[in-house]
Amino acid sequence: MTALQQALSTEKFAVTAEVAPPKGVDTTEMMNNAKYLQGKVHAINVTDQQSSVMRLGSLASCRLLKEAGFEPVFQLTTRDRNRIALQSDLLSAFTLGIENVLCLTGDHVTLGDHPQAKPVFDLDSVSLLMAAKKLQQGFDLAGEELEGTPTFHLGAVVTPGYEPMELQVLKMERKVRSGAQFFQTQAVYDPEEFRTFMKAVTELCVPVMLGVVLLKSAGMARFMNKNIAGVNVPPWIIKAMQETDDKVATSIKITARIIRETREMCQGVHLMTMGWERHVPAILDEANVTI
Amino acid sequence: MIITKAKPFPEILQSLEREKTIFLVGCSECATVCKTGGEEEVQAMRDRLQQEGKVISGQVILDPGCNLLEAKKEFRKHREEITHADSLVVMSCGGGTQIAQEASGKVVHPTNNTLFLGTVKRFGQFQQYCSMCGNCVLDLTGGMCPMTRCAKGLLNGPCGGANDGKCEVNPDNDCAWIKIYDRLREIGTLEEFIASPVQLHDYSVNTKPTTLLLERGRPGMEDK
Ligand code: SF4
Ligand code: SF4
Repeated sequence: MTALQQALSTEKFAVTAEVAPPKGVDTTEMMNNAKYLQGKVHAINVTDQQSSVMRLGSLASCRLLKEAGFEPVFQLTTRDRNRIALQSDLLSAFTLGIENVLCLTGDHVTLGDHPQAKPVFDLDSVSLLMAAKKLQQGFDLAGEELEGTPTFHLGAVVTPGYEPMELQVLKMERKVRSGAQFFQTQAVYDPEEFRTFMKAVTELCVPVMLGVVLLKSAGMARFMNKNIAGVNVPPWIIKAMQETDDKVATSIKITARIIRETREMCQGVHLMTMGWERHVPAILDEANVTI
Repeated sequence: MIITKAKPFPEILQSLEREKTIFLVGCSECATVCKTGGEEEVQAMRDRLQQEGKVISGQVILDPGCNLLEAKKEFRKHREEITHADSLVVMSCGGGTQIAQEASGKVVHPTNNTLFLGTVKRFGQFQQYCSMCGNCVLDLTGGMCPMTRCAKGLLNGPCGGANDGKCEVNPDNDCAWIKIYDRLREIGTLEEFIASPVQLHDYSVNTKPTTLLLERGRPGMEDK
């Protein structure tokens, strides 16, 4: 059982943050960023070619983190690999000691830095979960028997602020049925919106970790409101980021406040740090969260 | 129908750099509707190529451009003109261009890019509703195709990316899955869909290049 799984299955408030692999092979910054998270989080998510931008692979980065003593969450998207490669990467992950897997569809290639690439999407997040579940039962998607059976702790994502919310809840239900054991959410800034969402999904009986993207400026908040589906940064936060002389301190305060206000509603928090991993300890202190 | 779009004229001209005498081939069906290979366009191509110093040995509009027997029959009528030509300039879809090559044995040059299997919304406005996946799921999805109209071709429900009902990949398009769910709710099969098994597409059903041979005497087949 992974540390994240353990935290989520007990009364503990689980904490994850993410690091992004470099574009290139110099992993110094990624590993340094991870060091700030030491002893502060249960696991570290490693993004998979985030926003369809070509980078060092998530699996190799997960293994590097593992060797450095961290517990990784392997983010796996269906955008770039067909079902053969995806299942193979799942087996590879297990043999490398990586069991937390976050199954995602992924952004479309046209949004990234290789818009000419062929988008694969042979599977989607639901069928990827199902594939991982089958592998754990000792079979692949073609029904062939495996030599040695892997175990995973399977995660998925959900967007609480999506309109209409019902569609996300229905998809979440399908993901749970296909094997999702925990959820990390898209960024949420409005505790009331989150409360409504959590009420709608109580029946699914699955742990949910609230996602927060660390805000770096008012401009970034406005950009997300405009461009990222289901992200609603309320005006008071934008105002606070606009008026502050110390953006870092204000961002820490805001994030900590969201965590405090939503903590009782969910089973953990997932911090999407955007390179601000060094501020995670301060946020968790301020929110009074320890692991 | 097959939707085509004309290549830029300089690109066509460049492909004819080493050639002097040209025979033009158009198509009376899809390429006519798309205005890429009907009478009017073939005539315009003839004029432009002549202005560029090319000699046009002749022209024909095949009915349709993608039928091998029709092409062979028409090409026989124009044997002289085709024999004299250095190459054929074909104003149809990619299928028609290859048929022209096969029927004539000549070098062929396409003037069009072939885009998709299209439906006609109104004159001159085409939409991609089907990508010919070989295993139709419209029965499950309320008569709207997720393979094609969802930018990611998702089969198990929407991604989290739609903004105001618009697709995250191209905000000019509605999110197909929001429309599919609305429709399923309307016809009372949404719950059934949510409870249905995980959908996986079987790509082996139409491994390229696909062929189909109708059995004689079977319904849907004319028995000559
Ligand atoms: S599912 Fe879509 S792509 Fe496949 S045959 Fe039906 S309409 Fe065409
Ligand atoms: S927004 Fe809708 S149509 Fe676009 S990729 Fe996502 S699910 Fe498909």
